Amino acid sequence: MVGALINQLVQGVLLGGLYTLFAAGLSFSAGVMRFVNIAHGDFIVLACFALLTMTTTLGLHPVVAMVLLLPVAFAVGFTLQRFLLQRVVGEKILLVILVTFGLSIIIQNGLLEVYGADTHKVAGGWMETSTIALVPGVNVGLFSVLTFIAAVIVVGSLDLLLYRSGIGSKIRAVSDDVAAADLIGLSSAWVYAMAMGISFVTIGVAAGFMSIWSNFDPSAGPTHLLIAFEVIVLGGLGSMWGSLAGGVVLGVAQTIGAQFDVAWQIMAGHIVFLAVLVVRPNGLFPKH
Amino acid sequence: MARTNAALLQVEGLSVFYGDFKAVDGVELSVDAGEIVSIIGANGAGKSTLLKAIIGQSNRVEGRVRFDGADLAGRSTADIVARGIALVPEGRRLFASLSVEENLRLGWAVGRKGAIGFDEVWRLFPILEERRRQKAGLLSGGEQQMVALGRGLLANPRILLCDEISLGLAPIVINDLYAIIPTIKASGIAMVIVEQDTTRSLAVADRFYCLLEGRVTLAGIPADTSRDAVMKHYFGE
Repeated sequence: MVGALINQLVQGVLLGGLYTLFAAGLSFSAGVMRFVNIAHGDFIVLACFALLTMTTTLGLHPVVAMVLLLPVAFAVGFTLQRFLLQRVVGEKILLVILVTFGLSIIIQNGLLEVYGADTHKVAGGWMETSTIALVPGVNVGLFSVLTFIAAVIVVGSLDLLLYRSGIGSKIRAVSDDVAAADLIGLSSAWVYAMAMGISFVTIGVAAGFMSIWSNFDPSAGPTHLLIAFEVIVLGGLGSMWGSLAGGVVLGVAQTIGAQFDVAWQIMAGHIVFLAVLVVRPNGLFPKH
Repeated sequence: MARTNAALLQVEGLSVFYGDFKAVDGVELSVDAGEIVSIIGANGAGKSTLLKAIIGQSNRVEGRVRFDGADLAGRSTADIVARGIALVPEGRRLFASLSVEENLRLGWAVGRKGAIGFDEVWRLFPILEERRRQKAGLLSGGEQQMVALGRGLLANPRILLCDEISLGLAPIVINDLYAIIPTIKASGIAMVIVEQDTTRSLAVADRFYCLLEGRVTLAGIPADTSRDAVMKHYFGE
């Protein structure tokens, strides 16, 4: 009985790793740059489909495909911000939401047109079929452990990048005072584009793991956006390590909820989310 | 007001508009290498607007700004700063959540990369070296102004534009800041000092311009100009 509970907790924590990956890029763009990308989930799904094509049509190994995708993801994020989204930065928040909502619809319908409405999955081979025993009696899938490690690496890298690098201080400077950055010759448009490029790299990583972990279809984006939002609000806006905590809390809540009734899996996550919001409105690790 | 074309910074017939309002109206101004030029004028005379236009942060501009012979029209602020004009903005505008050192490093990152490094800034402002790890938002006003000046200097400018560096500071702190100016000048950097407070800025300036409602109403050498003449053109008839 205790063993089963521990097993569920571990599964929940590892699921939290996947959720953290969904949220990491949004935590970066929304939490730090105050840029709410409603199409975040759809871009993850778009990247999943790109990986699907790379692994099936081109026959690449999923890991190779993901590594190849990352620089492309950066370029897409950078370009999108520099030439489209930057036009609405600093305008009313509603414009940002409308433009990215429009992108969301375009991506969903574009994918529907190209790939149809069927669900797909990228085959992970031995990576997804192997299990390892963490301790005797607690067996976990190798792939979920890899996903969690990836989440820790992504969150740790984002934190280091933000607080220990030159580009990180530029991003925080623009986050502090956009106009002051421009006055001293630090182009805020360039900084926003870099930040979005970095956010999109995490989208590529998230897609790499999600495309093997679960099924996806063209309309899966908004569900992932919702999870990502809950994770970053739980963790505290702008706190990278907070996203990991938020992901784990949500993952554990869902896994425990599913124990009572499968229908309660998603609901349990939402309930815990609301409960935490009541107790700590600024999330678990608020950034000041 | 006829001056040579060899001036480092040459502003020709510059007008800046906010909507229908002409905040700067046909200003002619020049700054030579290594010179300190004071721009005085009451609140709303167009001083800050003029500096913003020089640095490339105004949308609607007529006229010409030349720096080292090159026309700055259409150039980005990043490009202008990299060429050697740096601004110490009004109200300091530090990045409050960044440390002193990070704020200063940004100045270096956007700048021209020259002889002025952290050592030179620590020498001018020893207190900043002690506070280098502190968040800029937690410093006193005077210390913040030192960081803003240091950030501008680390860009290694040929001209440093200082917008109201004494604003909101105690007189004793202002004295300390103004005591630095001859040292900056000695390193060959030209300065444009914009102030509402005329006394201090005129005392350190080689030349001055007085702005009133966007126009230059008086220009000259401080020592040759009577205080009455300055006041008359400062407030208008």
